[in-house]
Amino acid sequence: MEVSDQEKLINTLREKYGDEILHIEAPYNFLTIVLRKEKIIEIIKFLYDHPDTRFQYLTSLGGIHYPDLKQIVVAYQLHNLVNNHRLRLKISLPEDNSVTQTLTPVFAGANWMERETYDFYGVIFEGHPNLQRILNVEEMTIFPMRKEYPLEDQTREDKDDSMFGR
Amino acid sequence: MEALSNTKPVITLGEKPEGYEGTGFLATSLEKVVGLARKNSIWPLPFATSCCGIEFMATMGAHYDLGRFGSERLSFSPRQADLLMVMGTIAKKMGPILRQVYEQMAEPRWVLSVGACACTGGIFDTYSVLQGIDRIIPVDVYVPGCPPRPEQIIDGVMKIQHLVETEPLRRRDSNEYKVMLNKYGIE
Repeated sequence: MEVSDQEKLINTLREKYGDEILHIEAPYNFLTIVLRKEKIIEIIKFLYDHPDTRFQYLTSLGGIHYPDLKQIVVAYQLHNLVNNHRLRLKISLPEDNSVTQTLTPVFAGANWMERETYDFYGVIFEGHPNLQRILNVEEMTIFPMRKEYPLEDQTREDKDDSMFGR
Repeated sequence: MEALSNTKPVITLGEKPEGYEGTGFLATSLEKVVGLARKNSIWPLPFATSCCGIEFMATMGAHYDLGRFGSERLSFSPRQADLLMVMGTIAKKMGPILRQVYEQMAEPRWVLSVGACACTGGIFDTYSVLQGIDRIIPVDVYVPGCPPRPEQIIDGVMKIQHLVETEPLRRRDSNEYKVMLNKYGIE
């Protein structure tokens, strides 16, 4: 995405949602906009409908845990297939109350992605039609990608940690 | 050369059990005869989930040929299988399915755990992987390796053959056996 296109997009967004933008960066020339969490769905819908942006394909949706900041970030990657423009949007939620709105009314494909994000990070997507675990066993009580949970299986007793360098 | 051409080829289908022998008869115990028959006609159920399954395919192929041990007939239904061969990583989500397959098998049944993952979880010491299938079903023989070579799998099958041959006929009715199954929560 050309820098001029990026600026055009930022201006389009700023005109209507200037107050919502917290931070803008472009790592590896991939425009990334950090937004307030309240109007995220409205903004994605706006970018979907607006004739200049038309981000009508959801590449992916996922979570990131920042244990030091006590925050869970939900990242949305959007794609404009006509102009081949790509955009990443991020919102950040508090670790102990990670609740946000579902994106399923805009993108039906967000259904499984949100289930996965719930499964691994415990993010609650309000209004989701079927928010239950998708990959892990249903009896699991933890959200394994949150960093307070160790990666190793906690049920085995036969491994001596000192032999494995940890 | 002459001596060689006069040698008749000796084909042993199974080792003759101990017993009292005379012309045209052999008296031995029923247990030994049943053991001999079972040992040389094991129907394996391959439960292959990953790379160990590829080694199993080599084991079944012409070069190694598990058919030489009377096991060329794979049973893809657990109800007709004698030997459950678990080959590969068993995720926790796969656990109940593996257990159901084991429960569907008729007695007598044996289990061969092939590869580091099936035996202990292997390198996958993580929240999503079952740390060894012996946490949910009883295992008779473990074959280590990551993955084991076909020779090792054959060695494991031969160990199973030895168990099948020497198992007392009433073992599966014994109280010890029931207690052992109950430990796994299997009735």
